[in-house]
Amino acid sequence: MTEKLPDKIETIITPISLEYEYTPGTASTIFLRGMKQGRILGQRCPVSGAVYVPPRGSSPTHGVPTEGEIEVSDHGTLRSFTVVHLPIPGSEVSPPFVAAIILLDGADQTCLHVVSGCEPSEVRMGMRLRAVWKNRADWDYSFENIRYFEPSGEPDVPIESFRRESSA
Amino acid sequence: MAELCGVIGIGQTRYAAKRGDLSIAGLVREAALRALEDAGLEWKDIDAIVIGKAPDMFEGVMMPELYLADALGAVGKPILRVHTAGSVGGATAIVAASLVQAKIHERVLTVSFEKQSESNAMWALSLKQPFQVHVNAGAGGYFAPHIREYIHRSKAPDNIGILVAYKDRLNALKNPYAHLQIPGVTPEQIEQSPMLWEPIRFLESCPSSDGACAMVLADERNAERSGRSVAWVRGTAMRSEPTMFAGRDEVNPRAGRDCARDLYAQAGITDPRRDFDMAEIYVPFSWFEPMWLENLGFAEEGTGWKMVESGATMLDGDMPVNCSGGVLSSNAIGASGMVRFAEAAIQVRGDAGEHQIDGARLALGHAYGGGSQFFSMWAVSSEKP
Repeated sequence: MTEKLPDKIETIITPISLEYEYTPGTASTIFLRGMKQGRILGQRCPVSGAVYVPPRGSSPTHGVPTEGEIEVSDHGTLRSFTVVHLPIPGSEVSPPFVAAIILLDGADQTCLHVVSGCEPSEVRMGMRLRAVWKNRADWDYSFENIRYFEPSGEPDVPIESFRRESSA
Repeated sequence: MAELCGVIGIGQTRYAAKRGDLSIAGLVREAALRALEDAGLEWKDIDAIVIGKAPDMFEGVMMPELYLADALGAVGKPILRVHTAGSVGGATAIVAASLVQAKIHERVLTVSFEKQSESNAMWALSLKQPFQVHVNAGAGGYFAPHIREYIHRSKAPDNIGILVAYKDRLNALKNPYAHLQIPGVTPEQIEQSPMLWEPIRFLESCPSSDGACAMVLADERNAERSGRSVAWVRGTAMRSEPTMFAGRDEVNPRAGRDCARDLYAQAGITDPRRDFDMAEIYVPFSWFEPMWLENLGFAEEGTGWKMVESGATMLDGDMPVNCSGGVLSSNAIGASGMVRFAEAAIQVRGDAGEHQIDGARLALGHAYGGGSQFFSMWAVSSEKP
């Protein structure tokens, strides 16, 4: 051993791992089972009527259980985005990549996903997108069955229609 | 009628990328000792301690308040930990003030900290979640799309973020505690720094800092007999909202607007731009200055960037913002909210040195956290209510 050690050791990195059994609960189970079948399932707030995907089981605005199994489209509209130039530790996605806030058709709650299949410079607010799924044989109980979203070629949605209301 | 509450002592550590000379306990003690010295008090004079920090994942030390009791002179006294993500420094000060206002304690020490060099704070909250896509690219990755939406809505010119960063970096040169100090900094230097999360550049982002901030709060009798200049608490407010809900406006969150309205009603503020002499606002990425100027009512919606562009928020402007250099210059996350509150108090006490606003009488301290969902604010004045 000829490697020179630093004079002072202040920090060491010791990777650890933890194995656990995940119990997703009723609402997430609906979503994850849907994913296994290539369907995007959400639930509806019985008071506001808003459709939440993925559902978390309760309505954040009205504090009541969300209901049903509402299938939404795998097409959606890009609400906003960023081009990330930093690598995310432990992620398979390498920079630069587009992280986008997407509103799926039929849903009222946005979700975050990667946009690919075009140059980052082509990505814009209001762009229409469609999901690119993994091969059916590889489908698991996971949102990762959707590899990324790509431009669908449909006409853009006017950005003015995005205007949000906090009182919703 | 609530008891009055005043700030009679303030202590800060020097903020730095790594305070290798101090443990976490040493860090909080350094700030606390300075606050006690400023107040002219000793440990025995303190009735209770209120401590805050951002998520424990940032250092990997769970419930550190338990072992910090010794370093903070809290043995045998009540010690309370506050958790509200990045807004925690503000929320911690408000909890401490409430103990005085409710006449539960006469003199309370409040302290908040982060020692980010102990672990990897940038990525601590961006770990892969089971069965989810892994696209969380740190805080900048989360907030950048909101900034893009703000720019689109307000039609702000692209350079506004650079102007904010330039101002805060100039102000930091006048604050001996500031972490990031770049002598001779230019707008071109900021513009040419690497793009991290479009439209956020490296020099438009906050650093990762080690540091702590502490304050001694006292009731009216103890504040008046302290012989110290007093920053009187004229109002405090907290609000929160869920991270995600249908129709949520992340750019101009309702919780922030409601929080400001509540604060202004308590403090008798009808026109914040006219009534406040300065404001310390939580701005971790440059563009949040115009966004929060609107959320806080200093500017009409869509016009916050015009205040920045006109120079109104500079040290010599009519509404100086972040005279200390702000979060853009020092970000020991858990402390950052309390630093905003403390810097507001420092200004009305006339103790800000080179970054003092002459004759500052009424100042705003503001903090936010989580996904722009937790808000805490206070108004402090040199004049007793």
